[in-house]
Amino acid sequence: MSGQDEPRRDQRSPIREFGAGAAAMAPILVGIVPLGLIGGVATVEAGLGIAEAMGFSALAFAGAAQLAALDLMARDTSLPVVVMTALVINVRVVMYSASIAPHLAHLPRRRRLAASYMLVDQVYAISIVRFTRDAEIDRWRFFVGAAVPMLMVWVSTTGLGVLVGDAVPDAVPLAFALPLAFIALLVPTVTDRPGVVAALTAAVVATVAAPLPANLGMPLAATAGILAGWIAAARRETV
Amino acid sequence: MSRTLAVWIAFVVISVGTYLFRASFLIAADRGTKVPERWRTPLRMIPPAVLAALVAPALLRPAQVFDPFGPRALAGLVALVVALVTRNILATIVVGLAAAVGFELLLG
Repeated sequence: MSGQDEPRRDQRSPIREFGAGAAAMAPILVGIVPLGLIGGVATVEAGLGIAEAMGFSALAFAGAAQLAALDLMARDTSLPVVVMTALVINVRVVMYSASIAPHLAHLPRRRRLAASYMLVDQVYAISIVRFTRDAEIDRWRFFVGAAVPMLMVWVSTTGLGVLVGDAVPDAVPLAFALPLAFIALLVPTVTDRPGVVAALTAAVVATVAAPLPANLGMPLAATAGILAGWIAAARRETV
Repeated sequence: MSRTLAVWIAFVVISVGTYLFRASFLIAADRGTKVPERWRTPLRMIPPAVLAALVAPALLRPAQVFDPFGPRALAGLVALVVALVTRNILATIVVGLAAAVGFELLLG
């Protein structure tokens, strides 16, 4: 019978429970390292330094949004557009918040506010899977155990990336690693046909509208993509 | 205002906004509110649309010229296939960079 050889909740040591979160996060951290290094390189491309790289990571703790913001800054996009883009990319975390809230509702408010800072894609993903599967674990400890290593790796690799950029030979177009990272991040977010429609529409509009000043083509393309995907999903339902 | 200061302000605004999004349902978790159904689809469309909007010009218009069969575009295609097949970030980036260098040598 499952659960029978697990220690009872009050017998589990805190270390083990934090450790369970960290263990679940460990394989994911391997994939975070290249993203962080690229983030560091992107920071340099944007004309900024190690303080900005690590500061941004510690403040925002948001992978794709940071990379996007840095990419736009390197392309001389106006800061309001940079901020709007990063926020729009992050709006989806509202869904994470809604989804995980029932599982953390028992926590005192202070801990819920602290958990909010750590509600990053990967932390959310492994936590929600574990929480729905296992009713016995201490959720706060698992969550923190997963989030803290992630934060440490993210901040340190983005800092390291600022230094690493110089070490790579010129023949390797390191700046191209950023669009490649976006491709790697993009694929798992496309889960259905409307998602494909959204991505293709945005790609076409972005390419056509690229000559527009102040990088306006990008938010224009994103909006077009979101609307196209939304319409595609709505049409599917009415068929 | 210096650019560095402006950039840090941007970082703070992004971080505060993101934090508020993350805290949105957790603050009132004890009351159990949910995301209205009608907002779920557009929310789901945002990452694919934004990420694709960021990627496409870098692949298809490097150096401001439309080049759909150039080394970057082809390397991007290779990277996309690798991403779909392996779902591995490191593999996608390494193979994509190698492809970019390779195609550049072949076609550049």
